[in-house]
Amino acid sequence: MPLQQMSLTVIKAGLLDTIQDEGRKGFQRLGINPGGAMDTYATTLANALVGNERQSPVLELHFPAAAFLFTKPALIALAGADFSPVIDDYSIPMHQPVWVNEKTRLEFRQRKNGARVYLAVHGGFTNIEYWLNSCGTQTKLQVGGFKGRALKKEDLLETKALPVAVTKKEPFRLLHWGVVESGTTDTEALLVLPGPEWDYLDEKGKTDFLQPGFTISQHSDRMGFRLEGIPLQSKTREELVSSPVTFGTIQLLPDGNLIVLMADHPTTGGYPRIATVVTAHHGMLAQKKAGDRLQFQLIDLTTAEKLLLKQEQLLQQIKTACACKLQDFFNASK
Amino acid sequence: MPALPYTIGPLHESALLISWGNRIGKETHAQVMGLYQALLQSPVSGMQELVPAFSSLAVYYDPAQVKKSTQSQTSFDALKAAVEDIMANQLRYHFYSSGIIRIPVYYHTEGTDLQAMSNAKAISKEEIIYLHTERRYDVYMLGFLPGFAYMAEVDERIAVPRKAQPQPVKAGSVGIAGIQTGIYPIDSPGGWQIIGHTPLSLFDINNENKPCLLQPGDQVEFYAITADEFNRYQSRTA
Repeated sequence: MPLQQMSLTVIKAGLLDTIQDEGRKGFQRLGINPGGAMDTYATTLANALVGNERQSPVLELHFPAAAFLFTKPALIALAGADFSPVIDDYSIPMHQPVWVNEKTRLEFRQRKNGARVYLAVHGGFTNIEYWLNSCGTQTKLQVGGFKGRALKKEDLLETKALPVAVTKKEPFRLLHWGVVESGTTDTEALLVLPGPEWDYLDEKGKTDFLQPGFTISQHSDRMGFRLEGIPLQSKTREELVSSPVTFGTIQLLPDGNLIVLMADHPTTGGYPRIATVVTAHHGMLAQKKAGDRLQFQLIDLTTAEKLLLKQEQLLQQIKTACACKLQDFFNASK
Repeated sequence: MPALPYTIGPLHESALLISWGNRIGKETHAQVMGLYQALLQSPVSGMQELVPAFSSLAVYYDPAQVKKSTQSQTSFDALKAAVEDIMANQLRYHFYSSGIIRIPVYYHTEGTDLQAMSNAKAISKEEIIYLHTERRYDVYMLGFLPGFAYMAEVDERIAVPRKAQPQPVKAGSVGIAGIQTGIYPIDSPGGWQIIGHTPLSLFDINNENKPCLLQPGDQVEFYAITADEFNRYQSRTA
């Protein structure tokens, strides 16, 4: 296919850049994990900002991230980690829609905060593959997303054409709305619910679990974050038969160390599930990187559910507001 | 079917976990599958997916969706009430096997643990093959890998512990770990003691309607085939 028809060319590969969405739902009973984006709060924001449905495919970029050349105009938004994005050497903001001209370069200069940034384009990416109703890249099975793998130099991603032609000379234009990301500070504790095997910990183990002093190990990936800290004491050595686990499940390993399961988690596991990070904090958790410190704080189920419903409501409001603004912009550009 | 004691708690705020203790056995399996099938037949509003395991069942749900159709304080309470209602009603809660699948296995000693197992357990290879093929196994659950079915129970004369260190295992390898038997659907590191290979494909990425040969609640019988039969089978399906 001729280059002109493409929209995004990878001119430099990044560490791990994949197409993701909200993941594969409904196949865990077959041992097929959901996968999908690590930070679905950020993917929902990025998609909302460019007028997409929340399950639209986005790019998940790690640092150092890929560099892209736009070969036709696009409307983009970035959410999640701030890697100092620039277009043709000019800084562009996070959490704000940007109209990008053709023949411009998008690059990421340095990591300011977070672990993964999400790039959404209006209309989504079109030359990608779906497997079991999801385009989330499953690198192990080499399926979904862009050829089932991370992006490489010279890969070409196609996007839908914009509904209006914005003929301008400048490399980009910021649209005049965005989301003020209240965000979360590094010192904020991650809220957790007690897990099915919370009582495997003895009193000292429980107290230690709620102390500051856990650090995310280098041996962490999209499957799970290993934590370094004081090994926790348990009162039982009883072995567990395999049972369901999920995103946010905190497992107690036989040596007393912890692992927090993330997007590529297995569907079941045999280690005690002492706690689970509440869904409303999954985004915050997903933006942690090796070396970051963690502290856990217990809350009750009612509060956790309220937090989640409140977050969902907020995202819905943002989506509706962005869709309105975008329609005004398209109308005015006609 | 008499109900066994169970507990219901959150796995997290979008998933409820029903647990019948911590064991592997036919009775528990019947409880898990009974509830699994009842929920599949009459899904609770907002329910997203079910994950059965040896002695527990996870019910994933969308709290926002559940909240719309309930007066309960939390969506967890609503789901819990619905599940307890099903479990209290014996008529709706009866497990039947979803099917019997016969799986051909080429039992052999080349690059497998069959010989070592025969030595360790002081029984002949033929006897191991006989014991592995003479009974019907229940698919208790899938997990670990896409399409990996945990089946039990093998005769205790061929029950062998897992290896201390996982080793590379080829797709189609049939193994034993404790009282369980299973088949590796894809190449993977693994610690089960391998006794042979099946030419069947346990996981087919290109068949989206049925990516996995086995599902929870199935029953499986193994039968022995020769090297020739194994090769013929493979070339036919290649």
